[in-house]
Amino acid sequence: MRKILDKLGFTNTNTERKTVTFGDASVVSAPGGRGWTWLSVGFFIILWCLASIFEWINPIFWPPIGAVWEQFVFIFTEGYRNFTLLEHIGLSLYRVLMGFFIGCLVGIPLGFALALSRVMNRLFDPIVEFFRPMPPLALIPLVILWLGIGESAKIFLLFLAAVWIMALATRSGALATKISKIHAAYTLNANKKQILFRVILPNALPEIFTGMRVCMGVCWGTVVAAELVAAEAGVGMMIMVASKFLSTDIVVLGIILIGVVAYAIDVVMRYLEAKLIPWRGKS
Amino acid sequence: MSGLSVRDVSMIYNLPNGEDVEALKHLSFELEPGELLTVLGPSGCGKTTLLNILAGFLAPSSGKIDFDGKEVLSPDPQRGMVFQQGALFEWLSVEQNVGFGPKMMGRKPNEIKAIVDKWLSIVGLADFGKKAIYELSGGMQQRVALARCLANEPDLILMDEPLGALDALTREKMQGLILKLWKETGKTIALITHSVEEALILGNRVFIMAPRPGRLIKEYSLPFAEQGLEKNTREIKKQPDFIEVREEILTMIWDMEEEIMGRQEGNNA
Repeated sequence: MRKILDKLGFTNTNTERKTVTFGDASVVSAPGGRGWTWLSVGFFIILWCLASIFEWINPIFWPPIGAVWEQFVFIFTEGYRNFTLLEHIGLSLYRVLMGFFIGCLVGIPLGFALALSRVMNRLFDPIVEFFRPMPPLALIPLVILWLGIGESAKIFLLFLAAVWIMALATRSGALATKISKIHAAYTLNANKKQILFRVILPNALPEIFTGMRVCMGVCWGTVVAAELVAAEAGVGMMIMVASKFLSTDIVVLGIILIGVVAYAIDVVMRYLEAKLIPWRGKS
Repeated sequence: MSGLSVRDVSMIYNLPNGEDVEALKHLSFELEPGELLTVLGPSGCGKTTLLNILAGFLAPSSGKIDFDGKEVLSPDPQRGMVFQQGALFEWLSVEQNVGFGPKMMGRKPNEIKAIVDKWLSIVGLADFGKKAIYELSGGMQQRVALARCLANEPDLILMDEPLGALDALTREKMQGLILKLWKETGKTIALITHSVEEALILGNRVFIMAPRPGRLIKEYSLPFAEQGLEKNTREIKKQPDFIEVREEILTMIWDMEEEIMGRQEGNNA
């Protein structure tokens, strides 16, 4: 019995000699134990299958799993509202990446300015602090008034979602640079520019990366909401149009796609983080 | 003159609450080229302030410092510094850390490589060049810190409790390494520490400082650093003459601490 449970990943032999496990984070985060993950995912899929087979739920409230699959295959091959499924996802992703990219392009230098100059800090601090807690969705009406409902409006909205997060993450990372590192660089003949790019920037990178991960999440959430309001194509638009026709299967398909893409983005970001900043948390 | 000359240096910090703190009061001394000075004193005696002034990170409230005939006004590669643990660049490899200075001096890649190889083998890390900083033990990290500082061949080396965070055994070994580097390079070194033994074994001159105001109260010229070049440092620490000076200084610092505590209790009453 023990061996079977071990094989399926329900126990962990690495930590079994510890007598105190309650409250020990290393036991909770120890590798292995994936069996429980499959159990929870499997439970919901099986429940959904059973509900579909025995028609427990009205398809208007929750569609059968087969219908969602069929919609997926159909939209993947035939498209929805003049755009293929990949085009819908691709367009949403393009908007996110553009907003994120421009947000980084402005936010990271802004963050350094906030961290490195007292005057800049005092000048921009009220602006940053005002916009930081502002939900980007509250700005949609204004953005539509100014820029209409085209691509530029959506990218601008995503830029607004990204830029403050990036500025604050960069500022906090840059401010965390130990003064002894900066002093050391000065005694080694580095000038201000070299200290910025070779000491302060790498020192801030871990926090900048955390900011990027947060940003990606926020931007992905914002793009779907922006497309719900007005769009020709995109995953959010799919959901919005389908809901008007009571096509719950397409709505659910859209929700699943949003979740999967967001998860995939985070996996990529975590991979890049491990590759690009291996020193993270090890100073 | 060449060497280091500190003339009537005072440093007053203006605290936000309007109080003034005299971190250093009328400090004057000369350091000849090739001397190894250790500075000892309880916390708050201004020894870190002194080192920061010598490095050029702080400008004194009054007084003047010259090194090698030039006034000290800002940091300069001629005056290197070794910090307590945590001042290495953890995003760079061991080699890149040691090569940082030469690179900033505009040396060519092949020159940098030769310099890095030379200093890494001197500090005993010849095989560790490709390692990341966080893969090394504390003692090895401080060896890298010494090599990084020496790679630019500074004439004066300032050390801010370089061995402070190391365990006792590693610390003894590193004291031997510092003596070896001092002998082989003939550099002028100023090192601050709060370990009495370390100050005595490393310093051919030892300053004892007292707090509030930060000032120099006693100066020794000692033979132990020279002896340490020939003999095992552990043997020297057992010698009667070493023990005698150590006890004298310990008593002095003990009394200082008592006085500080007494003063604080007086303030609180």
